[in-house]
Amino acid sequence: MEHAHDPNRPAWVKHYFHSKEQQLSAAKFGMWLFLAQEVLFFSGLFCAYIAFRWLYPETWLSGADQLNKWMGGLNTLVLIASSFTMALAVRGAQTKSPVALKVNLLLTILFACMFMVVKYFEYSHKMHLGIFPAQHYAYEGSTGLMPIFFAIYYCLTGLHGIHVVIGIGFLSWLLFAAQKGRYMDGNYAYVENVGLYWHLVDLVWIFLFPLLYLVK
Amino acid sequence: MTVETPENPEMPETSDDSVDTAAETGTTPTADHSHDDHGHGDEPSYLTYGMEKGLLSFIKSWLITVDHKRIGIMYLISVLFFFAVAGFTAIAFRIELLTAAPDFMSADTYNKAFTLHGGIMVFLVIIPLTPAALGNFLLPLMLGAKDVAFPKLNLASLYVYWLGAALLVYAVLGGGFDTGWTFYTPYSTTAQGPITWALLGAFTLGFSSIFTGLNFIVTIHKMRAPGMGFFRMPLMLWALYATALTQLLATPVLAITLLLVAMERIMGIGIFNPDLGGDPVLMQHFFWFYSHPAVYIMILPAFGIISELVSVHSRKRIFGYGAIALSSVSIALVGFLVWGHHMFVSGQSELSGVVFSFLTFFVAIPTAIKIFSWVGTMWGGSIRFNTPMLYTLSFLFLFLIGGLTGLFLATMSTDVHLHDTYFVVSHFHYVMASGAVISFLGGLHHWWPKMFGTMYNETAGRVGAVIIFLGFNLTFFPQFVAGSRGMPRRYHEYVKEFEGLQAMSSYGSFILAAGLVWVLCYLLYALFKGPKATDNPWGAVTLEWETATPPIEHNFHHTPVCVRGPYDFPEIDESLSDGKH
Repeated sequence: MEHAHDPNRPAWVKHYFHSKEQQLSAAKFGMWLFLAQEVLFFSGLFCAYIAFRWLYPETWLSGADQLNKWMGGLNTLVLIASSFTMALAVRGAQTKSPVALKVNLLLTILFACMFMVVKYFEYSHKMHLGIFPAQHYAYEGSTGLMPIFFAIYYCLTGLHGIHVVIGIGFLSWLLFAAQKGRYMDGNYAYVENVGLYWHLVDLVWIFLFPLLYLVK
Repeated sequence: MTVETPENPEMPETSDDSVDTAAETGTTPTADHSHDDHGHGDEPSYLTYGMEKGLLSFIKSWLITVDHKRIGIMYLISVLFFFAVAGFTAIAFRIELLTAAPDFMSADTYNKAFTLHGGIMVFLVIIPLTPAALGNFLLPLMLGAKDVAFPKLNLASLYVYWLGAALLVYAVLGGGFDTGWTFYTPYSTTAQGPITWALLGAFTLGFSSIFTGLNFIVTIHKMRAPGMGFFRMPLMLWALYATALTQLLATPVLAITLLLVAMERIMGIGIFNPDLGGDPVLMQHFFWFYSHPAVYIMILPAFGIISELVSVHSRKRIFGYGAIALSSVSIALVGFLVWGHHMFVSGQSELSGVVFSFLTFFVAIPTAIKIFSWVGTMWGGSIRFNTPMLYTLSFLFLFLIGGLTGLFLATMSTDVHLHDTYFVVSHFHYVMASGAVISFLGGLHHWWPKMFGTMYNETAGRVGAVIIFLGFNLTFFPQFVAGSRGMPRRYHEYVKEFEGLQAMSSYGSFILAAGLVWVLCYLLYALFKGPKATDNPWGAVTLEWETATPPIEHNFHHTPVCVRGPYDFPEIDESLSDGKH
């Protein structure tokens, strides 16, 4: 548009916004609303968790025994570390430091991939034993209504895993754009918003870990 | 609302967006074409820009547009298309129900037909009808903004809608599904047919609704014109705001529910399967946690339309502005706490039945406040009995019946008798069909000149409104009687004694359909041959009437400034009023 020379109105401000402040605050507010929507999306499964744990408390105790606390713990540390590097990446965009932005984005992606690798080992070990969700459950060495516990387990961690994979996609896109020199002109709403999303994904796991692994 | 002296509204910092001083004069506002100091005097309207480059690129300019007005129009066309499909289906099974014996279609086809009608009407028509079609067009204009906050997300929501619709259509063509629109387990997880595709279709449509809701909330919070506080917004915007809150917060719960039912079908996860320790009633809880608020997604925008229409066409300030505005939000909030009243006979505990029944009565309070305020607005006004006003009166009458019969159903003792009868069918048609469709028709006539720049024939419009009102009552009123006498819903053949009532209902539906076809015909005629509309044919004072008719691509030449309340009509004599309406 014709505002390119106005210092208060950089070229990246969309024509339908009065000012860059309006655009940035709209972007961030939109992301918070999206996160509210995400929380409610997960809440259905958390309610199912509450209902079944209340119905079958014994099952939940023996179910937690089947999960590997060390792997879950490791993944918790990995995700917390990734949230830290994500925060540093946002800081890098704010301080207009391209190196800090790119290095921290890359670290976040690596941590996220590490999370998925650990998850892969957990899943494949269980499936090897015959621990499948509900109907296809074939593991003999457990008591209680294990199929329903693992239905909840697979749904919650699976949905969370999908969110991690989507997060990796967003982070890679940011890294790709940062490589081309973007986000250094004050227009780092994308970085901030992906950061918010990533923290939510992290936060969901912070709830999942004790609820599933540390019940006992 | 009082007329306030313009308090130096915050001036936009850019040189281009100079304030349109025409708004401050208090005269009937018009888009001021003389202000063409930036050379946009002869801008084409939003409907036609891009036309000069040939037909193909014109169509492309529509399909990749991020203009909220064009997206609204495309939503309008898509939604009306599916409305016609659902209407034909309804006519088909009303023909079957003319007689007690099964003669026109098989039981299986009948089940698929009413499922199709319900599924399409809920997910593809009524939910997007007013928010996505009219709302998309109006919301930025009413706010005095140039677009919604996220125009690309807005276009994405339309494409997601088309994708979801395609999945549903695929499920229908692949043999149809007969679960009812509610997808109750265990039937939906065990029945044969392309139910998984239908589930994924409804799941996808949910995201279209979420995107629209998210966009609207951010736009209302961040992009109001200078001078427009929350309590200077037209009530349509309050209603769309409350709707958007519900869309954003309820729909994800439906999404996860449908996803779990689909997963149950695909890989047997068992969460809703009692054989594996799952719980089918849990599915009903999840489903109604969304689907009851969804009822308010359907009805709240209607409240917004009626608030605008009743005030503009009574030439009077709305009575109880703040009460109507806040009652929309409180309906949205209370709506989250009443889902259990759909499940009085599902085996939930008596205590939760009592609590849900009690909470449901609460919804009647904000709703009654609205009805009272609308009637109060008309009292002493100079009412114009034109087409939009006839739809408004029709809405008030029908919605009152729908609302009061809702109380019968909220009462546990009567609900046990009326549950799953035609009484329920009639109740929700009086609320949803009258609420959403009649108010939408009123709104469409009211904003038609602004949307398309032409006028429809007023006499034809009035005739249509009356036919629809009569047809509607003849269709659904006998169903109250049949239901209270024990006629169950979703029955393909029925006992002989209901034949009279059922036949009345069927003939009513034919009249209703004829009325709707009549409306379609004269509106299409108006679209192509109608006389040109002026910028503000109703003398309304909300901002959407300040721009050109039809609006230009970027809505306003200059950022409008809101200097008065949305219902401060110029002819209201301030000297006679204490200003405290």
